[in-house]
This record gives sequence, C-alpha cells and structure tokens, in this order.
Amino acid sequence: MIRDAWLVAKKDLLIEIRSRIIINQIAPYTLLIIVLFGFALDADTETLRDTGPGLFWVSTLLVAILAVQRSVDIEISDSALDRLLLSGISPASIYIGKTIALYVQLIILEVGLFIVMLVLFDMSVDNYPLIVASTILTTLAISSSGTLYGVIASGVGVRETLLPVLFLPVLAPAVIGATRAYGDAFGRVNADGWAWLGLLSVIAIVYTLIGMLTYGKLLEET
Amino acid sequence: MANTAKQDFTTSQGTKFMGISLIIGIPTLLAFAFFFSPADDNMDDAVRLLYIHVPVAIFAYVAFITTALGSIFYLWKKSRWWDTVAHASAEIGVIFCGLTLITGSIWGRPTWNTWWEWGDVRLVTTLVLFIMFLGYLALRQVPASPDLRAKRSSVVGIIAAVNIPIVNRSVEWWENNTLHQQSSLTDGKLENLTLFTLFLGLIIIGISYLWLMTHRFRVGWMATEIESAGIAGIIEERLNEGSSNSGNLNPQRKEDIS
Repeated sequence: MIRDAWLVAKKDLLIEIRSRIIINQIAPYTLLIIVLFGFALDADTETLRDTGPGLFWVSTLLVAILAVQRSVDIEISDSALDRLLLSGISPASIYIGKTIALYVQLIILEVGLFIVMLVLFDMSVDNYPLIVASTILTTLAISSSGTLYGVIASGVGVRETLLPVLFLPVLAPAVIGATRAYGDAFGRVNADGWAWLGLLSVIAIVYTLIGMLTYGKLLEET
Repeated sequence: MANTAKQDFTTSQGTKFMGISLIIGIPTLLAFAFFFSPADDNMDDAVRLLYIHVPVAIFAYVAFITTALGSIFYLWKKSRWWDTVAHASAEIGVIFCGLTLITGSIWGRPTWNTWWEWGDVRLVTTLVLFIMFLGYLALRQVPASPDLRAKRSSVVGIIAAVNIPIVNRSVEWWENNTLHQQSSLTDGKLENLTLFTLFLGLIIIGISYLWLMTHRFRVGWMATEIESAGIAGIIEERLNEGSSNSGNLNPQRKEDIS
C-alpha cells in the first residue's frame, strides 16, 4: 500500500516538475496575494505584522484551491484516472499518494511564502518548533481534505466555483488553530500555541481517515 | 404513474396531529416567553429570546447529526431512503442554524453590546457550520446521476458533521476565547417558569422539526421516484426503439438522413 501510494505521489510530482505550473504560475500568484494584502492594509508594517499569521494561512488556502484543481486536472485529462484504476492500485493508495504529492507541493509553496512574509512584513520568529509543528499538521489537514474535495467536485462542470464553497469552510477550524499557533510563535498574540496543535492533529487525522474510507466510493462513478 | 398518484400528497394522520399541536403550541410558547415568564436578573428581557434561540440551536445540531447518520447509512446500505433523510434534514438544519445565528445576534446586541463578536469561538464556528451545510445543499443542486450525487453529498455531510463536536464543545475547550455563558440547562441555574418555558420551547421546536422533516422527506422521496421513473422510462423507450429499429431504420430517422 505504501509502495503504491509512493508511486502515485511520485507520478504527480514528476508531472509537476516537468510542467512547472507550480513554479511558473502558482508561486507568483502566492507572491501577488501577499503584495495585495500589503496594499489593502495601507502599508502599515505594524498592522501587517499583527495580521501576518492570518494572511499567511488565507494565502495558503487560496493557493491550495489552485493546487487541488491542478491535482484533479492531472487525473481527468486523457482519462488518466481510468487507467490508474485499471492498474489495480487500491483507492486508498491513490488517495494517500495524491495527498502526499499535494502535501509536498504545498510545503514548498508555504516555505517560499513564509520567507517572503518575513522579509516584506519585517517579522521575527520567537518559536521555530511551533511554526514547524503547526505547519506540518495544518498542511496535512489541507492536503487530505483537498484531495477528497477535489474528487467530489470533479466532473461536475461547475468545479471552479463549487470547490471553494465546499473546501474553504471545512478548513476554517484548522485556519483558526493554525493562525493562533503562528500568532504565538511570532509573539503577536497572547495564546498558548501548543494547545492548538491538538485540534490541528484531530482535524488532520479525521480528514485523512474519512478520505481513505470514502475515496474509493467516489472514484467508482467519477 | 398510479404509484405516483397514490403518493401525490405529504399529509398523514401523524403530520396532521403534529400540525394541530403546533397551531396550539406556538402561540402558547410565545405567550409564556413574552408575558408569563419573568425577566432575568442579568439579561433582563433579552432572556425571552433564549426560549427560541436555545431550542433552534439544539435542533439545528440534531438535524445535522441526522444528516450525518443518513449519509453514513447511505454509504453503508446504498439506500435512497437514507439519502433522502440526509437531504431533508440538512435543509431544515440550515434553516434552524440560520435562525440560531439571527436570534443569537439580536440577543447579543443588548447583552454583549454587539451584533457579532469575532472573538467568540462558538459563534464563529456555528457560522462556519452554516456555510458548510450551504455548500452541502449547493452540491445537491449540481446535475449528476442520483447515485453519484448521493455519494458525494454523503461524504460532504459526514465531514461537515465532524465540525459539530468542535462547535458544541468549543466553550469548554477554549473558555478564555468566548463570551458565551456555560450551558444554562446543565448548571441548574434555571428555575420554575423559566425552566418550564425553555422545555416548552424544546418540545415545540422539536415537533416543528419532525413536522417539517416528515413533509420534506415525502417531497424528496416523491422527487426521487419521479426521477427514477423518468430514467427507467427513457431506458425503456430506448430499448423499444432499439427492438423496433432492428434491421431497418424507422421512418423518422430515414427522413432525417435523407
């Protein structure tokens, strides 16, 4: 199962490396979001520092929508999904593989976004382990639910509009937790950031389990 | 067709009984809420809104849990019956959740001095729950085969329901981040007429939920039957076309081709 999942993840990542859509299109979009937030918040650095943790995760979610749509496009074009199913790989392995691929892409984008934010917003980190832990868990929640919602919204003709409506509210609790944890790590809010990791863990684990259990049923008729 | 004609209404003895109970019960609840029950020492007259707010909030949760159960049973049993239950309950849950937010906001204005408080986790997560189930209903409107639509909706319904414990227990989890008071029912602070009115509200809103649920389920079931009959009819028509056209094209087709 792990081997199959890794094969699927490797396939998706190789396609991304060769197509360079993440680097050439989605990464600049991420930068653009941060710059636009700067304009919208009146170039007040102190305000940007205070809102930085929230802006980071909102930007990540907006970027994640594009990454999820891209992940679905790979399988829908040329009926690639039918061939993947005919290969005999279990749906749970496909789900885990696609989640890993999405996870890796999002982590790369988040690292870039994080560095840009540190520079443009002139922010300093008080607690790096908390940043790392909350990023790992929140990204797992985003990628596991994104992979699932990607297949739910696939092939319905209104995917571009339906996916955000379904996907973003589900991640709202994760964003609240991640923003609080980042706020604590940046020393911007008076909250125990580590306490929110429990919530983030629960969300990540639950979405992953639901995805593994239901992905096959959704693939049957997609 | 005869089958459809037999079920072309959603009323039964049970729904008539519930309907009559509501005709009597709703004015009684309003009378107790606004005239007979006393004002609260802290909340003053604003407490009267809670006789509606608390029951609709509880039955919004009940509706969403029912949707989740219907979704789980649909995926397990593959029965359209459960899918119709999930759909009907989600619609009513969204209405109740909307009412919860509206009455809570009206209550919050005199009590907290604000219509909306972003720092209140329960308020925000209830709004998120509301939006999630709006998404569920949006998904149900997307054209798809009945089975595919049911499967997709079931997964979304289950995930949305996962958020319910977070909403319900958020006061206890993040007590420092909420303006909401602890549950009035469990801490035993309510007495006499106040407690009676609150329980009357629970009963009336509970009957409202059952009444709406029964009617909406029956409408949904009829729609499913018509949809299925339509698909079956089209398949039968195509099969008949196929058998009558075997060996030679029908006159219409011949005309089209020429």
